[in-house]
Amino acid sequence: MSTTAFLTDSTLCIGCKACEVACKEWNGLSEDGFDWSGYSYDNTGAVGASTWRHVKFVEQAPEPGFGGNAAELNSWNFSSDVCKHCAEAGCLEACPTGAIVRTEFGGVFIQPDVCNGCAYCIVACPFGVVQKNRKDGRAFKCTFCYDRQKVGLQPACAQACPTESIKFGQLDELRQRAEDRVRELHGRGMKDVRLYNPLDTSVKGIHAFFVVRGDPRSYNLPPRPEVPTIYAKKGWQASAIAAGMLLGGSILAFLSDGNRKHRRLPR
Amino acid sequence: MSIPEFMSGTRVPDAESERRLVEIRREAERRGELRVVGVRPAGAPFPQASPETGYYGIPLLKEPQWTHEIPLYFFVGGAAGAAAVMGAIAHYTGADRRLVRDARWIAAAGAIISPALLISDLGRPERFLAMLRVFKPQSPMSVGVWTLMGFSGGAAAAAFAEFMQNRYGPTLPLRIIENAGAAASLAFGLPFSNYTGVLIGVSAIPVWNQNVGDLPIHFAASGTSAAVGLLELMGHRDSHALQALGLGAAIFELWEGLRIEGRSHSHLDPLKHGRSGWLTRAGGALSGPLPFALRAISAFSGRKRCSRLRKWAAMSAIAGSLITRIAWIHAGHASARNWREPLEIPEPRSS
Repeated sequence: MSTTAFLTDSTLCIGCKACEVACKEWNGLSEDGFDWSGYSYDNTGAVGASTWRHVKFVEQAPEPGFGGNAAELNSWNFSSDVCKHCAEAGCLEACPTGAIVRTEFGGVFIQPDVCNGCAYCIVACPFGVVQKNRKDGRAFKCTFCYDRQKVGLQPACAQACPTESIKFGQLDELRQRAEDRVRELHGRGMKDVRLYNPLDTSVKGIHAFFVVRGDPRSYNLPPRPEVPTIYAKKGWQASAIAAGMLLGGSILAFLSDGNRKHRRLPR
Repeated sequence: MSIPEFMSGTRVPDAESERRLVEIRREAERRGELRVVGVRPAGAPFPQASPETGYYGIPLLKEPQWTHEIPLYFFVGGAAGAAAVMGAIAHYTGADRRLVRDARWIAAAGAIISPALLISDLGRPERFLAMLRVFKPQSPMSVGVWTLMGFSGGAAAAAFAEFMQNRYGPTLPLRIIENAGAAASLAFGLPFSNYTGVLIGVSAIPVWNQNVGDLPIHFAASGTSAAVGLLELMGHRDSHALQALGLGAAIFELWEGLRIEGRSHSHLDPLKHGRSGWLTRAGGALSGPLPFALRAISAFSGRKRCSRLRKWAAMSAIAGSLITRIAWIHAGHASARNWREPLEIPEPRSS
């Protein structure tokens, strides 16, 4: 099976949240409460255990000439966020039960029947995607609609998107399309458009990449996401040093203890 | 309750207020809308997403979702692992039999409490065994669980054989179990006393992963001082070996505290500021300088006073060890809440 991917193009997103609704309906996710965050039209703030697609509303001060905006208008961008399905996935590496696997489509999938809710994947994700459902006890995130892909359908969010802001397809092909799209928009004067796909970090690229306008950091996309396994070598080296110190220290302390011979307890 | 002047309808007009009203009218005439300071609605300015404010300052990373059992597990596991190592070395070097026995009991108690704490933290405790269906060397959690299994088995076997022999006299099978158990609890106790430092270090939480090279050694020292403390509270306050180990651990903890305080890095902030900062300092003071001073004084004191001072040092070290683990988990929460760190947006300079 070949690797599939999402291309989310914020320049086409109209902020309708159809992807959120479609995702919730297909996957049977619970509602998030009818709260208003006060941050533009965002109501959950981030992806989470019951929000696998999340539309970000990036509202900025009027900036004359920003991507062709009229001077008086606030720049207002929308971008549908989702699990990045990293090429080197922190959650997958961290999972001690083997519940998190890479599917035949290259996606990162949590098998709900194996997960025991140890919550280690949550601190292992450099994008803050995975979250534990407090009531259920297990960790949840976007499945890349593994069930739909298995029968040859595209994920629910991509299917429901009315503007094709969410595109689904083969990884290589979509990457090409993303680059073409950026070039096209640059040609049209939107010089601030860029592709977010951190290929040069230890995450080694993501299977859900984004075309965004402006600085990706205003979309909560980290400039240098790292897979936590890069810290393992240093950590285990320190662990070996610590073990050596405890062992050596104990041997030294007990051997040099002068009164050790006198205190034998008769058996 | 007094109503503020500007809401009460009793404000006295003056030149300034009238000038302002004229200004507003002119602005409205000229532009058809008002964009001047003074007509912002409550709560203004509107929150903005930008390279300076991130995505409205909403944290990118998720906070750890572990329960309070986890820092307790770090504490118990660290003390039990170190106690097992000390018990085994004391045994092999022919130290006080009672010390060997008590160290084994601490290890065995930890061997029972640790998995209980770990399992009760799980979202689905009944599925604990799912962790034993695979071994993943790249996952510190997986390595840790298997280490815990080896340690628990070894420590429990050694204590069981010890108990049976004290009761029914030594027999060959019991001696084999005792020695095998002691060897296993030594082999697994070494990593078990410090792996939790690797566990949190290998994560996306900045304050943890930026200290990954120190955490295991820090945690080993913390576990050692707790194990020494427990043995001293059980009466082994005349052991020079324990005094030396306690001193060594206290010196290391003192150094660790100075290391944290001495450097200024934004990722170290949770260890210095706010609630997690105070916890870190309290844990550090109780683990480092206080037991160090008490032990140093006790070395030059008479037998009775020495014993009393070491008892205080022991209690301080145990409390310090527990608070230190809690502090590191708290710091992880604070670090995950800091949206600036993963987005690499520096704190605006206050001047």
